[in-house]
This record gives sequence, C-alpha cells and structure tokens, in this order.
Amino acid sequence: MALPALTLLVLFLVIPALLAFGLSFTNARLISPNPPRFVGLDNFVRAFTADPVFLRSTLNTFVFAGVVVPVQAGLGLALAVLVNQKIRGVTAFRVIFFVPVVTSIVVVSILWRFLYQDDGLINSFIDTVTFGAWHGMAWLNDPSTALGAIIVLSIWQAVGFHMLIWLSGLQTIPEELYEAARMDGASPWQQFAHVTWPGLRSTMVFVLVTITIAALGLFVQIDVMTQGGPVNSTSTLVYHAVRKGYREQETGYGATISLIFFVIVLVIALIQRYLTREED
Amino acid sequence: MALGLPVARPQAAPSASERQARRRRRVWSYTTLTALAVFFLFPLVFMFVSSLKPDGQILTDVTSLRAFLPVGDISLDNYAGVFDRVPVGRFLFNSVLVTVLTVGLGLILNSMAGFALSRLRWRGRHLALALVIATLIVPFETIAVPMVYWVSHLPTLVWEDGLLKYDFGWLNTYQVQIIPFIANAFSIFLFTQYFSTIPKSLDEAARIDGAGWFTIYRKIVAPLAGPAFATVAIVTFLPAWNQYLWPLMVVQQEELRPVMVGMQYFFQLDPAWGEVMAYTSLITLPVLIVFLSFQRAFVSSVAASGVKG
Repeated sequence: MALPALTLLVLFLVIPALLAFGLSFTNARLISPNPPRFVGLDNFVRAFTADPVFLRSTLNTFVFAGVVVPVQAGLGLALAVLVNQKIRGVTAFRVIFFVPVVTSIVVVSILWRFLYQDDGLINSFIDTVTFGAWHGMAWLNDPSTALGAIIVLSIWQAVGFHMLIWLSGLQTIPEELYEAARMDGASPWQQFAHVTWPGLRSTMVFVLVTITIAALGLFVQIDVMTQGGPVNSTSTLVYHAVRKGYREQETGYGATISLIFFVIVLVIALIQRYLTREED
Repeated sequence: MALGLPVARPQAAPSASERQARRRRRVWSYTTLTALAVFFLFPLVFMFVSSLKPDGQILTDVTSLRAFLPVGDISLDNYAGVFDRVPVGRFLFNSVLVTVLTVGLGLILNSMAGFALSRLRWRGRHLALALVIATLIVPFETIAVPMVYWVSHLPTLVWEDGLLKYDFGWLNTYQVQIIPFIANAFSIFLFTQYFSTIPKSLDEAARIDGAGWFTIYRKIVAPLAGPAFATVAIVTFLPAWNQYLWPLMVVQQEELRPVMVGMQYFFQLDPAWGEVMAYTSLITLPVLIVFLSFQRAFVSSVAASGVKG
C-alpha cells in the first residue's frame, strides 16, 4: 500500500536529486541533439572563478537569510506573545496577522512593487509624515535599497506563519509555572526569560530551520520584482540557477549551482540542529 | 508543579494601583495589536479598493487616505478589462483542476503509505521510513532545474488521430503539474504519526472477522483520522494553488497555465495598475474565502505541523 506514494517519491524527488548530482559534472543542455558529455569539475571551477554573478548571488542569498532569519523569528515570537494574552478579540488579531501568509507570494510581490514605486504609496506616506522634508525614491531601482525593500515585504508576508508556530509552543507551557513565578514576585520580563524561553527550545529549532531553508530559496520576489537587478544587487542562488539552467538552457551548469545551493542548505541545517541540540 | 512550589496560596485582592497598571497594560496591548493589524492589512485593502478605480485615480489617491477608500469613480471596468485581455477563466479552471487533483490524490496515496508504514510489518519498512524522513529536508528549489530535464525525457501516452501512441516529454501537460507533487514526504510523515496513535487492537479484531488490510484502512483507520486528513489537505492546498516556479518552466502553452503564471501578462514596464489589482484580487479572493471559512482548522493545522515537524 505504500508502493504508489513511495514510487512517486523516488521518481520525482530521489532521482532528480541524484540527477542534480550527476548532471553537474556534464555539459548537458535542455534541448540538444548531442548527449551530455562528462566535463569533470569544469562547472564548479567556472562558478567559483569565472562567474562573478554566481558569487554575487551567493553573497545576496546570505545577506537576505542573515537578516530575515533573526528578524522574522524574533518578530514572530513577539507577535505570538502579544496574541497569547487572554484578552477579548485576540483570535481576530491572530487571523489578521495570518492573512498575508495565505496570500500568494506572487500577488504580494506585484502589489509591493507598486507600493515601492517612486510615486507609490510608501513614498507618499514618507512624504506626508516628514511634511515633505524627505522625498521618496524608487526603492527597487537603487542597488543600495532593492534587497532591503525585498527583505521587508518577505518578512511582512511570512511572519504570521511563524507567529502561529511560536504560539503553539507557548501554549504547551503550563499556566501553573507562570503562577508560581508570579508568586515569587517575577516581573513579566523575568517570567519570559525564566519560564517562557526555556520552554520554547524545540519550537525554536523548528522555526529557525524552516525560516533558514525558505530564506535561502528566495526566488519569486526576485523574479516578479527585479529580475535580479539593478546590477545583480538582488540576484540569488536559486534565481541564478534558474537563469542559467532553464532560461539559458545550460542544464549542466544550472544543476551545479543547484547542487552548491543544496550543500549550503544541508550544512546550515545540520549546524543549527547541532547547536540547538547540544544542551539536551 | 515542576518548580515544587505550593499550588494555592490565598491571593490578596488586587489593590487600586495594581488594577490601574493592569488597565494601562491592556490599553497598550490593544494599541499595539491595532497598529500591527493596520500594517498587515493595508496592502490588501489598497489592492481591493484600487481594483475598482481607473488608473489615473489610483495614482492621485495614493497621496491621501483615499487610497484605502472606495470613493470617486468606482466601477467593475478593470475586471471587465481583465476578462477581455487574458483568458482568466481558463487560468482559474487550470488552477482549480491542478489543486484539486494534487490535494485529493495526495490525501489518498500519502495516507495509504502512512498506513503501511505505521501498521503493517513488511521487509524494508524501516528503510522506507528513513527515505521519507531524509527527503523532508530537500527543498524543491534544489531539484527544480534537473527535474525539468528529467520530465522532458519521461515517456508518456498521447491520443493522436484516434490512436493511443507512445511519446517522450511531459512538458506542456496537466500531468507535469500534478503527478510530481502528489507524493509528499511531509504528508506521509504526518499520517504515519497520526495512525500510530490509533489502537492496533482494532485491526486485530477486524482481521479475525476476515477483513483485508485495505478494508481496515478504508473502513476503520481512515475514518478515525479526520484531523490528519484536514491538516494534510490544508497544508498541501496553498502550495498547489500558489505554484509559480514549476509551471513557469514546464508549461509554455497558454491554455494549460495556472493563475499565478498567467499574471505574467501584467509584468510589463508600465502595467495598467487597475487591471493588475483586479487580477490579483480575483485570484486572492477564493483563497481568502477558504481561509476565513476554515480559519480554525487552518490555525490548528499550522500549529500541528510545527509541533510534529
């Protein structure tokens, strides 16, 4: 009975993963009359020595993840604490904060592209609150602000998901622990530091791993909003892999970039597991 | 009482200053929550409202709060424009078809796999479970490019001139958008976990009555696993509806494309924003309606997926 699902899993996950490995040592092209030829490590050498866009994409991917992982995890936790209060109407706020998560990232990206325009909503807001002292800019057209602008909308879209994960972690902490802490005169902050935080260890591992993997896979926002520009300031590993492996039909080289991406994801996931498991 | 403290100590009634502090905290909470609600909703309110306005008015309205109010020259013209310009009905049909089949077949096959992994004894069971868990950490993005190459070489059957013929290449089909996503390691894992909480004595009783394994799955275990089916349906529904990268690469033919890729019509340098907003509203509304009607189930599904992952 497990056979149909397992067969599909092998066909569409295991084989493509092995293929990513195999193809990265070849010069395979998507549409070509010639069979792929083995080229050894050529693709890897090319990536690290002759492809500045690859290096820039790697850097951008790390910058994006480096900001998004701590900020989104932190904001998610703050939101979870806020909506974990026993006050009237709090469920409605949980639902509202989750609405962007169910909105497609494609829709979100095109919407924010409009908000970020030089005559868009965000600039006119800045203009109003500074009484016209500071005029807006085309955020996505400036290499120094484009990636930051994409970071903001990415967090806006996904933070509600991690709020819920943190929330379910918070609700596993027994209320008696808080009562006991309060009786000992613990301040709200002390309650958080000594009761809440230690109780959230396994939730934290899950949140960090899922945000990291999602952040490293950044693609849609780039494709819809900037196509990697201006001057490659928003190109990412996955975007570059698709550009080379699919749009320019260099399947072999695209597979190489995918494989490098996979190794990075794997190493980071293992490091996070190791670091957060140590104290158990 | 993990801290080993006494459970109940008579508590003094809160003093006036304490009550005041509590009230101040509550006011602060509501202010923060409301500000955040505005932050999370303003782009979507702006989208729905703008979809009703002509392009010129959208641009002049952004300078004031009118951007969030359905005022001025309100009409459904943009929606009419969208239906004129792009085959949006066809895109919606494609997305519904792909989503329903991916989720539906996924529920059946993944729950069967979960049943076999959690309740049946067979050679290779542990290896299979290890394989499922190992594939959990492979992000789709890492295999997308090689997978295009792979599916473009897969054999397929085509109906041509009244004859069933054999051909290669899955590009530009419905099957390429559905079949690779039916089996899902995460769903199998969830089902395996859930089924193992259902008492095995039920199986034995049914076996004595002469029931086969498939009957036990269908008549006994599956009906008891409603929450697991709901969770899997919800967590696989959104990615299926939102597919973008994959159909972008494997479906060039307009008649077969889903809604998210169909939006590319509007990616030009100077888009007609009113129509863009109408299109994005149109493809967001169905999901929002599903979400708001099942929000309780959504919330508990996400929570469950986190706890068990």
